[in-house]
Amino acid sequence: MGTDIAKLLQKKQKRILENWMTTQLSNISLREDLMSNDELREQSAEFLDTLLKVLTEKNLGNVESSDFEPVHELLAGISLSRAKQGFTPAETGVYIFSLKEALLTSLQTDIKEDPAFLLDAVIRISRLMDYLCITAFETFIKGREEVILRQTDEIAEISTPVIRVWDGILALPIIGTLDSARTQVVMESLLQEIVASSSTIAILDISGVAAVDSLVAQHLIKTVAATRLMGAECIISGIRPEIAQTVVHLGIDLSNIITKATLASALKQAFTMLKLNVKKVETIKSGI
Amino acid sequence: MKIVLNKDRMLIEREQDVILFRNRVKEYAVKIGMSLVNQTKLITAASELVRNMLKYANGGMVLIEVLSQGRDSGIRLVFTDKGPGIKDIALAMKDGYSTGKSLGIGLPGTKRLVNEFDIKSTVGEGTTVSIIKWKNG
Repeated sequence: MGTDIAKLLQKKQKRILENWMTTQLSNISLREDLMSNDELREQSAEFLDTLLKVLTEKNLGNVESSDFEPVHELLAGISLSRAKQGFTPAETGVYIFSLKEALLTSLQTDIKEDPAFLLDAVIRISRLMDYLCITAFETFIKGREEVILRQTDEIAEISTPVIRVWDGILALPIIGTLDSARTQVVMESLLQEIVASSSTIAILDISGVAAVDSLVAQHLIKTVAATRLMGAECIISGIRPEIAQTVVHLGIDLSNIITKATLASALKQAFTMLKLNVKKVETIKSGI
Repeated sequence: MKIVLNKDRMLIEREQDVILFRNRVKEYAVKIGMSLVNQTKLITAASELVRNMLKYANGGMVLIEVLSQGRDSGIRLVFTDKGPGIKDIALAMKDGYSTGKSLGIGLPGTKRLVNEFDIKSTVGEGTTVSIIKWKNG
């Protein structure tokens, strides 16, 4: 026998690339809007070149061999950039699987006369390509997850603004739900702003919180306690009728916290506490 | 007799699932025309139990069912986990008792929020909590 699969493939590199490109270009999932054909050819040529360069008779059977490190790296890069460009998983799958097909077709034409050897070669190449495909998918999903994580961070950041509504009065509208991580962000930014603006009153508005369960209540109570430790008073506003009923049934004791139905009434309370008086200016009659 | 009209299953594995799950429950509650107060009570109860499940059992499975009984319709939620279980259910149902560092009103509070409440637990095997909230309950 003595035929070297790796050498066999390396010799036919050009033909394999052509086959691969033909399969890719004829596939219906070709995305010319995301990547031009020239770019695709360049990417494919580079990948095939790297793969065949490291491929030897020895490491062909060992898919986890460290020799494949550069191939995995390159593939991860391709997969990641495809995820960000908006390729679907199927399109990325087609990219790898069409290469597998091209490699197998090449082997089929070269070792026609020895079926046993051909079968062995096909199994080994298949195993290698499948393993590469797993890498591609793993990084593809990681790429997508990165996008999601970035968005989560952005949402967390923009959703907890501390607003100075008046000299010495801060308002903090809470939207969504209060979990442990969120409370941490809320508390941190609130306490920091209390120091920075030397405010004495903070209004926590929970109009945007869908449900107040015991965990949310516990976080609210903790935030209020921390605010008080800083020497500021905390008012919770935006308690809707259905929330009030639920809180009572649940048995949460919020009686030693100042609570108001609306942000307006909380602000009014804050004015009273600061001994401020807001009144309409009587228009002075001009004329005569 | 309670007739099950619709069944839906949901896996709870992370804290992020709580919001998704709550929204799903809300969808069903809105669909059967539950009032806003009852909706909020159901969602709060659901959120309470699902958080317990995450905290003590690292997640589990929730079955959401739309029920019909006579002229009334309602929603049943069955929370199943494979956690450590509850040793003394009577004690866990008491206000102010908590093995974690929470307020200790989760289970008794939930019972007050819903119409029917059932809890079964075997130490070492897991806990199943089933609640029903009727549309006009």
